[in-house]
Amino acid sequence: MNDMSADGYVTEDGRKIGGTLMEMKNITLRFGGVKAITDISFDIREGEIRAIIGPNGAGKSSMLNVISGFYVPQEGEVWYKGARRPQMKPYEVAQQGIARTFQNIALFEGMTVLDNVMTGRLNKMKTGLLSQAIWKGKAEREEVENREKVEKIIDFLEIQAIRKTPVARLPYGLKKRVELARALAAEPSILLLDEPMAGMNVEEKEDMSRFILDVNDEFGTTICLIEHDMGVVMDLSDRVVVMDYGKKIGDGTPDEVRSNQAVIDAYLGVSHD
Amino acid sequence: MFYREAGDYKTSYTDDGQTFPIKFDRYRYYFVLFVAFALIPFMLNDYWVNAIFMPFLIYSIAAIGLNILVGYCGQVSLGTGGFMAVGAYACYKFMTGIDIWLGGVQYALPPINIFLSVILAGGVTAIVGVLFGLPSLRIKGFYLAVATLAAQFFLVWLFNKWEWAYNYSASGQINAPERFVFGVPVTGPNTEAWATYLFCLVFVTIVAVLARNLTRGASGRKWMAIRDMDIAAEIIGVNPLKAKLTAFAVSSFFIGIAGALFFSVYLGAVEVGEAFGINKSFLVLFMVIIGGLGSIFGSFAGAAFLVLLPVLLKNVLVGGLGWPTDLAAHLEFLIVGALIIAFLIAEPHGLAQLWRVAKEKLRLWPFPH
Repeated sequence: MNDMSADGYVTEDGRKIGGTLMEMKNITLRFGGVKAITDISFDIREGEIRAIIGPNGAGKSSMLNVISGFYVPQEGEVWYKGARRPQMKPYEVAQQGIARTFQNIALFEGMTVLDNVMTGRLNKMKTGLLSQAIWKGKAEREEVENREKVEKIIDFLEIQAIRKTPVARLPYGLKKRVELARALAAEPSILLLDEPMAGMNVEEKEDMSRFILDVNDEFGTTICLIEHDMGVVMDLSDRVVVMDYGKKIGDGTPDEVRSNQAVIDAYLGVSHD
Repeated sequence: MFYREAGDYKTSYTDDGQTFPIKFDRYRYYFVLFVAFALIPFMLNDYWVNAIFMPFLIYSIAAIGLNILVGYCGQVSLGTGGFMAVGAYACYKFMTGIDIWLGGVQYALPPINIFLSVILAGGVTAIVGVLFGLPSLRIKGFYLAVATLAAQFFLVWLFNKWEWAYNYSASGQINAPERFVFGVPVTGPNTEAWATYLFCLVFVTIVAVLARNLTRGASGRKWMAIRDMDIAAEIIGVNPLKAKLTAFAVSSFFIGIAGALFFSVYLGAVEVGEAFGINKSFLVLFMVIIGGLGSIFGSFAGAAFLVLLPVLLKNVLVGGLGWPTDLAAHLEFLIVGALIIAFLIAEPHGLAQLWRVAKEKLRLWPFPH
């Protein structure tokens, strides 16, 4: 077993895990009378792959939406990079270095793959409207610089061949990959993946798992993912949070979670005798 | 055979990102520019300029402007006529000189050069456009269209009532005085066909290039992201209010220029309700829809379609078939309307899409597999 000290440790496969990057403290989220999330706390460490699992309706996606600023929790605090995050709009959260993908793909259907991935870099492009209109000079330079970065990601995710294809024409599995590319293009500190493997066949899942591991390995990106496929989750993640009915019922390494009685009950059901 | 990128290798991202990546397209573009600037001015007469070229050029500017808002940013606007009126009246004020009272003292700005007046008029329209674009953060789709309709009616009403705007003229009209560019008159009664044509053509070229540069870069991507899925746009860090308002500003800037040219160079005298009524808003919107949403070329194509079609029909019906003028005029409406419907059923994505499909086919010709 690893020694999970506060300032970090090295995993069995040699990746460095740092200190706490983000911490959720006693988050409670209500929609009217419905409690979607009840008093949940957990942390995400720098460089780790953190999974959130749970049965349907457990509040996993709501949790991700709290992190990315879509939902504002009624109670609790979000701490990011050692400071309490004030209430902010989703685009401000994005500008702080948190990128995400969606459960139902949210690509820009009218644009090409390249343009979609380039939108991931909009935060890094600071040229004013006037220089953009003139194009030659500053705007063109910036465009080329960002294009180079984007091409690296396109290379990395092996989508070179569909670079100029309109997204609407792509099959489901590729769209998922393009969405990952768009999120990666922003060079995020934390990458949130909402069911990156939903609806994929085994090979596509293998591809996607490999990409997720590679991203973590190559760029050192911290990843927080929601996934239903237990095999995938247990293989990929360093630590797992388990939710059920909006409450946290387990938190720890895959092995710890697997042997946690509350988790087994939630997934397999409890006999009422 | 020669219309393809095979063998036309790009070795830099600059080359790859250019407007016309295929060599043939590039030469065709230079050719069109050459014809438009160097040949057409020598072959023009007043009829051609007034019936075809001027309306085509000016509506092209307006259509490019509206296309940025509707086609690229997805914000439907029915205020085009009103914004053109702002451009026209602002241009009028700038070219005749403005009296401003500040703290009881009257300052008189001297008349400004017509070229600058047109650009400044665009700037004023941009500010007005941003003001009327503010509701777009909260309302979307048809509801936003209704909100911009309010702009249309309000602005027309304003320029009817606000005497300062038309320099207290008894008729309530505004008349463009004679103004010169390099000593050549471009407004007023003594203009020549080639001068007004070239004056508008310069603006069209600049506007088209600027619009293309904006839409292919970061701003264009922000606008299209908002159009395609505003929630996803926000999650990748696009500030929706800022993106929508810049679209309103840029769009109104171009529409203001179109309005200024429409008044000063084309019509010369304008009564606001007649020249910039709701009809104008719909006409430009139809141009954008028929031409193709989200395409600069489409804006030109749409403007050409709706300007040329009536002229063509009139020539065929009256000149060719010898029908009485009034009958032809009425039938013209029917035929144009029917053609628009038929066309939209056949190709809902507009002329630009037809053009794209044609190019796609040409690239493979003569071996389509």
